[in-house]
Amino acid sequence: MIRVKNLSMKFDDFLAVNDLSFDVAEGEVLGFLGPNGAGKSTTMKIISGFLSATSGEVSVCGVDVSQDPQKVQKMMGYLPEGAPAYGEMTVAAFLDFIAQVRGFCGDKKRQRIQAVVEQVQLQSVLHQVIDTLSKGFVRRVGLAQAIMHDPKVLILDEPTDGLDPNQKHQVRELIKGLAKDKIVIISTHILEEVSAVCSRALIINQGKLLLDGHPEKLEKQSRYHNAICLQLAEDVSQAATLLEGVANIDSVEQIQERKFMLFPQDGQMLLPEVVRWLDTKNWQVENLHLEKGRLEDVFRQVTTVSQKEAC
Amino acid sequence: MNLNMTAIVMRRQLHSYFATPVAYVFILMFLVLSGVFSFYLGHFFEKGQADLNAFFNFHPWLYLFFMPAISMGLWSQERQLGTIELLMTLPIGLGNAVVGKFLAAWLFSGIALLLTFPIWVTVSYLGDPDHGVILAGYLGSWLMAGGFLAVGSCMSVCSKNQIVAFLLTVVVCFLFMVSGVSMVLDAFSLAPQWVIDFVAGLSFLTRFDAIARGVFDLRDVIYFVALIGLWLYLTQIFLQRFKAN
Repeated sequence: MIRVKNLSMKFDDFLAVNDLSFDVAEGEVLGFLGPNGAGKSTTMKIISGFLSATSGEVSVCGVDVSQDPQKVQKMMGYLPEGAPAYGEMTVAAFLDFIAQVRGFCGDKKRQRIQAVVEQVQLQSVLHQVIDTLSKGFVRRVGLAQAIMHDPKVLILDEPTDGLDPNQKHQVRELIKGLAKDKIVIISTHILEEVSAVCSRALIINQGKLLLDGHPEKLEKQSRYHNAICLQLAEDVSQAATLLEGVANIDSVEQIQERKFMLFPQDGQMLLPEVVRWLDTKNWQVENLHLEKGRLEDVFRQVTTVSQKEAC
Repeated sequence: MNLNMTAIVMRRQLHSYFATPVAYVFILMFLVLSGVFSFYLGHFFEKGQADLNAFFNFHPWLYLFFMPAISMGLWSQERQLGTIELLMTLPIGLGNAVVGKFLAAWLFSGIALLLTFPIWVTVSYLGDPDHGVILAGYLGSWLMAGGFLAVGSCMSVCSKNQIVAFLLTVVVCFLFMVSGVSMVLDAFSLAPQWVIDFVAGLSFLTRFDAIARGVFDLRDVIYFVALIGLWLYLTQIFLQRFKAN
C-alpha cells in the first residue's frame, strides 16, 4: 500500500504539490491525470525517493520514503519521465547493469534479463547501442529496467509517450498483465489510456487533488453522460428546435448538417423517450447511439475551473 | 558503504569511458605529451641522470588539463541526460554511487599512467635507477591524480555543462597547485603565520615534489587521501542539493 499524506513540495516560490493526500491499495492501477505542470511528475519523484518533500509523508508498504529510501527503492520499479538510459551502452549491457544492481547474478541474471526482454519485445535490438534506437524502443528499454526485479510497486511516468498505436496497446496489455497483485501508478495525459488500463483515476491540477474515482464514475460527471448522438437520413427543417421539445432534454447541439447531440437533464436516460418520439414523427434515422460520457470533457471542465479560480 | 554496489557503478562508468574512441585518443595524447614534456622540456637525456624526475616534474601541469577532462562528465552528463534520476532511484545509495564513479575515473587515470612504463624501461636500460624512488613517484603521481579527480567530481555536480565543469575544475585545481608558490604566499604576508602555513600546506606541488623525489612521507599520503575524502563528501552534499535542478 502506498500512502501519501498532506504532501507539499515547494520550489523557491512555486508550489508544485499542494497538500496532496491519497492511498493506493494492492491490485490497483492508479492513473495520474493532469495538465502539464500539474505536479504529477513531482509527486512521482517524491514517491520514488528522488526528491524530498517540503512537508508531508509518503510511505510505501509501511516504509517511510524519507527515512529509508533504499528500502523503498528495492521494492519499486520506476520509469522516470522521458525514459532516461545510458545512451552509449548496448541494450544488453544496460539491462545487465540494472540486473546487477537489482541483486541478480549468474544463471538467474541471464534468465531474468531474457524474460524481461521477451516481455517488452526487445530481442531485435538487444545488441544495439541505445543512442541509435527509436523513441519507442528507448521507452521499452526504460520499461524493461523498471520491471527487471518483478517489483511490488511500479511507478511509470508517461510510459506510452512516443509509442505508435501498436506499441501503446502492447504496453497497456503488459501493465494490465502485471497489475494483479501489484501497485501501479502511471501518469499520462492520454485520457483513453486511463479508461483502458486504470482501475482508478486521480485528476490533479496546480498540485491539488480535484477528482478521485473509477474512470467510469468520472465519465459520468461529464455532460456527455447518457447524451444521444443522432444522425438523420434526410433534412428536416427546424430539427434542432423540435428536438429540444422532447421531455428531459436539456439542450441540443447541431454537430453537422444532419447530426445532433442531445444532452439530457441531470444525466437522465433519454433513449426510450427519444426513440418513441422519433417513431411518432416518422423521421428516417441513419445513426443513433448513446454516449457513455467523456473523460476528456470532465478533465477540461475541472482543470479549467480550477485554473480560473486560481486567477 | 556497500562494496558490491560501488563495484557495479564503477564497472559501468569504466565501460562508458571505453565505449567510445575518446578514451583511446585521450590515453594516446597523454602518453605523447608526457613523452614530449620529459624529453624536450625536461631534458631527460641531456641530464644524464638515472631517475625519472624529468618525467614526474611535469605531471602536476599535465594533470591540470587531463584530469578535469576525465572527471568533467562524471555527474554533469548524468544531469544533462536525466539518467541521474534513474541512478538515484536505483537502490544504490548516494555514497556508493559517488565513490564508484570516482574510482572508475581514478582507475582510468591509473591505466593511462601505467602505460607510461616504457620510460621506466628506458631509464633502467640506460642506467641503474633507484626503483623504489620510481615506484614511489608513480604511487605519488596516482595519488595526486586522485586529488584532481575528486575536485573534478565535485565540480562536475555543479554544472550540467561539461565544459563549465572542466573549467571550474581547472580553476580550483590551479589554486590548489599554486598555493605553495612564494608569489601566492606573499599575498598573504599580512595574515597570521598559521594562515600562511595552512595555505602553503594545501599545495599539490610541494607535496608532490617531496614524493617525486622519493621522500614518501606518510603525512603527504594522508594529505591526498584526506583531500579525496573531503571533495567526495562535498560531491555528495552538492549532489543532494543540485540533483533535481
